Amino acid sequence: MEKRFMDSQIKGVSTGTTILAVTFNGGVIIGSDSRASIGGYYVSSKTINKLIQVHDRIFCCIAGSLADAQAVTKAAKFQISFHSIQMESPPLVKAAASVLKELCYNNKEELQAGFITAGWDRKKGPQVYTVALGGMLLSQPFTIGGSGSTYIYGYADAKYKPDMSKEECLQFATNALALAMGRDNVSGGVAHLVVITEEGVEHIVIPGDKLPKFHDE
Amino acid sequence: MSSIGTGYDLSASTFSPDGRVFQVEYAMKAVENSSTAIGIRCKDGVVFGVEKLVLSKLYEQGSNKRIFNVDRHVGMAVAGLLADARSLSEVAREDASNFRSNYGHNIPLKHLSERVAMYVHAYTLYSAVRPFGCSFILGSYDQDDGPQLYMVDPSGISYGYWGCAIGKAKQAAKTEIEKLQMKDMTCRELVKEVAKIIYIVHDEVKDKSFELELSWVGEVTNGKHELVPKDVREEAEKYAKDSLEEEDDSDEDIM
Repeated sequence: MEKRFMDSQIKGVSTGTTILAVTFNGGVIIGSDSRASIGGYYVSSKTINKLIQVHDRIFCCIAGSLADAQAVTKAAKFQISFHSIQMESPPLVKAAASVLKELCYNNKEELQAGFITAGWDRKKGPQVYTVALGGMLLSQPFTIGGSGSTYIYGYADAKYKPDMSKEECLQFATNALALAMGRDNVSGGVAHLVVITEEGVEHIVIPGDKLPKFHDE
Repeated sequence: MSSIGTGYDLSASTFSPDGRVFQVEYAMKAVENSSTAIGIRCKDGVVFGVEKLVLSKLYEQGSNKRIFNVDRHVGMAVAGLLADARSLSEVAREDASNFRSNYGHNIPLKHLSERVAMYVHAYTLYSAVRPFGCSFILGSYDQDDGPQLYMVDPSGISYGYWGCAIGKAKQAAKTEIEKLQMKDMTCRELVKEVAKIIYIVHDEVKDKSFELELSWVGEVTNGKHELVPKDVREEAEKYAKDSLEEEDDSDEDIM
């Protein structure tokens, strides 16, 4: 984290951030905060969108250098769209995550961006994949990322249950984001949540003052 | 039976006045001179059978295989110029491998056959190269998409099939294949029928000895393409030989 701190002064805008993705029974919820900062001192944007749609039922959330993340997702979005047209069917979530992984791994010297890819496909249903900084690809039932995630590992490990309902999962994700944004100085703003199911995609935005409050708030 | 191009057949980059590219048609003739290969898709897999003519007793048994593994779940049976087929199998292997490297999962057979067909087609456009003198049948099995069978010919088009045959006896083989109810058969039943068809279409007079290459991919092999195990092969060959004898006997009765 120290390296990232120094680098951000060279790289400019970074997303000290909190991002997460959680599978539930029938879908997946992907969420993030909305703060972009420079060097951890100045908030360059209070309402940035870190949830990028790379295909109809596949989203990705970004952490790290914003410029790098945007460049990578733009390239990945193009590749996935082309792949989907060639295949004549919606892409697998694994395929989308692999495309991001290839980009991150092959350019690991220059890039400093990590992703969480989540979505729904006909073959395996709801899935969550982490693509770490150097290009590691890992599939998990849920995952948290960004600088704010360090403050909620305990909460996430204790409160996650497999096969939750959509409402339980929404509560879990909202609480997790609220707790992280409450303690991490470089995460904040509003909570963005996207619910992805076979039927479609639903965006939920929770402004800072409507987030769940915990003790002494 | 054969038409001569006279002047319009010297390169693949020339059309004839009646709109044909003779070089591609000549390439297909090369396939027709080769011995037969068939592929049949059934309820739970795909079976390949190849009539591999043995030109000399000095050959090591099992050499010059005509069935290739393109990926774990994809097999390829060829007819025509074997060297051309070998280089195309490498092309298919690289394509399947790159796909897995980029997208993290097995390549769907339709996509693979279209990609290799595009490659074959590219060689029909220029005078500097000649078209590939081989046709091949690709087969695969996937848990979600089920069994798939595609055939690519020297012109560079690919079609999906339930059963197809390439090589010198393809017409006779197709007639036999059409008699089968392949959609209701399992791989184990089909292996015997494939062996029987190869034995039926083999011409005892013109071609002497042959080796039967059999391979399959399906639920029975857990999605892995491999040559049929020895005991299954022997059972299939025995069934094929017995069926031929029966037919010979019944012919005698009629006379």
